[in-house]
Amino acid sequence: MWAWREVRELKILYPLLGVLALVLLAYAGVVAHLNVFFGIVVPYLAFLLFLVGFMVRVITWGRSPVPFRIPTTCGQQKSLPWIKQNRLENPSSALGVVGRMTLEVLLFRSLFRNLKTEKRGDRLAYGSAKWLWLGGLVFHWSFLIIVLRHLRLFMEPVPVLITQLGDLDSFLQIGIPLFYITDGLILAALTYLFLRRVLVPQIRYISLQADYFPLFLLLGIAASGVLMRYVWKVDIVEVKALTMSLVTLRPEVPLSIGAIFYIHLFLVSALFAYFPLSKLMHMGGVFLSPTRNMINNSRSVRHINPWNYPVQVHTYEAYEAEFRAKMKKAGLPLETE
Amino acid sequence: MYKGGRIIAGLLLFACLALMPFLINIGKAAAKPSPQVNTPFIQQLTTQTCVEPAAFMKTEHMQLLNQWRDAALRDGKTVYVNSQGQSFPISLENSCLKCHSNPQQFCNTCHTYAAVKPYCWDCHNQGGTSQ
Ligand code: HEC
Ligand code: HEC
Ligand code: HEC
Ligand code: HEM
Repeated sequence: MWAWREVRELKILYPLLGVLALVLLAYAGVVAHLNVFFGIVVPYLAFLLFLVGFMVRVITWGRSPVPFRIPTTCGQQKSLPWIKQNRLENPSSALGVVGRMTLEVLLFRSLFRNLKTEKRGDRLAYGSAKWLWLGGLVFHWSFLIIVLRHLRLFMEPVPVLITQLGDLDSFLQIGIPLFYITDGLILAALTYLFLRRVLVPQIRYISLQADYFPLFLLLGIAASGVLMRYVWKVDIVEVKALTMSLVTLRPEVPLSIGAIFYIHLFLVSALFAYFPLSKLMHMGGVFLSPTRNMINNSRSVRHINPWNYPVQVHTYEAYEAEFRAKMKKAGLPLETE
Repeated sequence: MYKGGRIIAGLLLFACLALMPFLINIGKAAAKPSPQVNTPFIQQLTTQTCVEPAAFMKTEHMQLLNQWRDAALRDGKTVYVNSQGQSFPISLENSCLKCHSNPQQFCNTCHTYAAVKPYCWDCHNQGGTSQ
């Protein structure tokens, strides 16, 4: 079997068991009527960990010095007036950097440059590889739209924009309750991102538990959400009563809501708590990427290395003054007599 | 910190976004909707129950309606026999809305709260005020 070695090496098995254990834990909580704990305490704690952990990580990163401007090689930097500058790839103004960063965050432009190195016959070739870009983009946009749609559970009255986003997402009008396009897309994209890790040998080799765990967790969240909407339905009015009580800081012991809701909520809480500890922090990290967030103005502005310490220099003048007598004796030329 | 001002500003923006559900709800207490079931028609009934138990209706009524639609329009059925063996005519306007003749205070209170707009009312009449 393709991934049997990795399963045996427990790279895949442990993360999978971990997520399954979370599901079972949430289910046990429902059976034991620990609704207050799993419905109120855990979500609050997870959210707090997410917020504080996120800040701490970013501030820690912000403290490391970044001395140089890093010109990227993928665009002409500002040079002589008749050489056309690539203002987006190699910006020399803050506005250009904002443009580059915005497009990076929204469209993953640098991932679009992803290449595949392969042997074609006897020659080394670099082919274009856009599938990762597409899969990543589809996943992230679906995730964003789903989270925005979820705001209907956290606001009263619900803003028109959120309702319209849901209308747009369900405009195919398939089934009742209406099928959301992003539900299909997020499951497809996550499945692709997982299969890519197990089917491509090189990527399987470099994949770690820390890569599989977030994937399984997200798959678990999406799958439990989809199951809750289309199969094991819950009373959304009761759910919203709970979520509104949470965000108005008057938490109320929720009435009976199906177990699938608590599983969904617990997996989401796990994701939030895990977020600052994991590679998912690229959400904040992308804004600190030196090749994306620096104006390339090394030629027009002087940048002082932030960890410069005072260097003891011995200038030629001082040297000559020190050795004047000896140099004169040896007949060496002197600058000052 | 290097470029500390910008990083802190960015973090503050992030915190505001993350806390938005809390911030915009400050001082509000959202009331749960209370769908009214005491219509004149229901008050005349001897047993005041829905076509299925209320708990089932709360979570599954949309799928039941979907089954009704298919049953009526594809299979030509006109009568629904429920889990207790009682029979009800299959119709959105002449069954559901006959008992629930107050869709504004019934269906819509929940739907506004949950931000769903069933497209059924594009064609079906919700009683007087077609939405
Ligand atoms: C107890 C509250 C409640 C009442 C009363 C109620 N509904 Fe609903 N209804 C909901 C909720 C909540 C949803 C959305 C569920 C979801 O988003 O998964 C919904 C969804 C629907 C949908 C599917 C809409 C879609 O776009 O997916 C239809 C159709 C529907 N209701 C019809 C009715 C009709 C007709 C009535 C009145 C006879 C009614 N409902 C009364 C709570 C209620
Ligand atoms: C025979 C009259 C009758 C018919 C027909 C009927 N209902 Fe009901 N419905 C009731 C009564 C009475 C209740 C209150 C039941 C209770 O509280 O136990 C109710 C409750 C409900 C509830 C739960 C509301 C809540 O918050 O407790 C929903 C949702 C609902 N009905 C939707 C529908 C839909 C959709 C249809 C059509 C498929 C329908 N009903 C047909 C009489 C009817
Ligand atoms: C495009 C217009 C249109 C929309 C939208 C629509 N319907 Fe209908 N529906 C019809 C027509 C036309 C009939 C057939 C009426 C007849 O034969 O008397 C019908 C019949 C039905 C019937 C069976 C007959 C009856 O008297 O009710 C049900 C149940 C039904 N629709 C439910 C729904 C539900 C639930 C929705 C929303 C999810 C919906 N419909 C949306 C046009 C529509
Ligand atoms: C990381 C955050 C989350 C993700 C990715 C996520 C994902 C999903 C998905 C994919 C669905 C399927 C239906 C849909 O797309 O609307 C769903 C449904 C649902 N989710 Fe979430 N979810 C998240 C957070 C939450 C939270 C915090 C809550 C509440 C406390 C919640 C409650 C629900 C409920 C009640 C449904 C059913 C909606 C319906 O039946 O219409 N989710 N979720």
